[in-house]
Amino acid sequence: MIAIIDYDAGNLTSVARAVNHIGYECTVTKEKQIIESADRVIFPGVGAAGSAMESLRRLGLDEVISRVYRSGKPLLGICLGTQVIVSASEEDGGTECLGLIEGKTRAFAHKLKDNAGNGLKIPHMGWNRVRVEKAHPVLKGIGERDEFYFVHGYYPDPADAENVLGRTEYGITFTSILGKDNLIATQFHPEKSGTSGLNLLKNFCEWKPC
Amino acid sequence: MLSKRIIPCLDVREGRTTKGIKFENNIDIGDPVKMARFYYEAGADELVFYDITASHEKRDIMIEVVRNVAETIFIPFSVGGGIRTVEDMRRVLLAGAEKVSVNSAAVKNPEIIAQGAKAFGSQCVVLGMDVKGVEKSEKIPSGYEIVINGGRTYMGMDALEWALRAQELGAGEICLNSIDADGTREGYELALTELISVNVDIPVIASGGAGTPQHLADVLTQGKADAALIASMTHYGTYTVAQIKNFLDDKGIKVRMKW
Repeated sequence: MIAIIDYDAGNLTSVARAVNHIGYECTVTKEKQIIESADRVIFPGVGAAGSAMESLRRLGLDEVISRVYRSGKPLLGICLGTQVIVSASEEDGGTECLGLIEGKTRAFAHKLKDNAGNGLKIPHMGWNRVRVEKAHPVLKGIGERDEFYFVHGYYPDPADAENVLGRTEYGITFTSILGKDNLIATQFHPEKSGTSGLNLLKNFCEWKPC
Repeated sequence: MLSKRIIPCLDVREGRTTKGIKFENNIDIGDPVKMARFYYEAGADELVFYDITASHEKRDIMIEVVRNVAETIFIPFSVGGGIRTVEDMRRVLLAGAEKVSVNSAAVKNPEIIAQGAKAFGSQCVVLGMDVKGVEKSEKIPSGYEIVINGGRTYMGMDALEWALRAQELGAGEICLNSIDADGTREGYELALTELISVNVDIPVIASGGAGTPQHLADVLTQGKADAALIASMTHYGTYTVAQIKNFLDDKGIKVRMKW
């Protein structure tokens, strides 16, 4: 069973529907016991880092996520979930986060420009590519033509390049996939990224971290 | 770099699409869920559904359609038409839509944009704008006026001022429909699209007038749109999404080419 962590951070049914579609059972839950006894855990979310961390602490899920990570179970962060697994976020005037990977979540600077000098819009919303920096079982089959659906104004910036699995260009080059041990986290939404995203989710559902 | 998005638009009345797609085998299919799946597999980057059901009592049918579409496709889609309250927005989003679009309800009550953005986040709230070209005046300095009721009612609001105000209120995206160009298949309203797109910081979807792939190339470059809405040019099988994307790709416009 796969647990999808519900901490009042947006509608998480789309993640559940995608997981069901590729043939895996899952449950959207905020129950600590269910999360800790699951075989693998997905940590999604949409919204702001400050209120997300508040909800996680209120529900006692910050510690549960840390325990899931330490237990060695496959753990997948998505979007806001990804942004709060690093040490801190610039959002909401500075927010202390889970710190599973050392690093900071930063805001895109306004006034970013593309190669032709056109101003870029923030949030970064739509389909973009990912350059895979390091082979990983969850990224199997993903090449330079695959695109993923992004919606975000902040991006994770891990301190150690060792934790960078994929990068994306949007005025700057930012980390769009990070990972460490049994944890992998994407800034984009695999559940909204067509067959490329479903492929990644399927890889995650089959992943056996050593 | 971000890809420019190609977005088919489906009108739905009482749970059936009003224009069936002519599939390759030439059978009309009026089921919006099947059409959604068809476009998902054909390479659409996103879908837009407009509920044009007239009767309020039959609106629950659309929620069921949204729920079924959400189980069938794994790309973003938005739902518009008949959204008047935050509660209407909530139902559509909970049923599985990524975004919800408001048009005339926002013209009459702009606060609904702020309320929706606060409740669900700006990325969920699309402002639909129906616009007609008029003589420039003190009241309409851009020469583009907001209209409702399919273009029959002029609202005395300048399109550019309205776009900026909606952005301020928290709209996350604008779907800009030129009533003058709509249905002509002679191309998007480029000047209008460029005017709005360069002046707002949120993405703009161009709508109205698409007839050929060149029209999309024009609006995505000269018009500076982030996305282009299409309807009849693919619904009736004149073009496929792949043909349009290949054309744009050949012109050096970045589009998603693997799906």
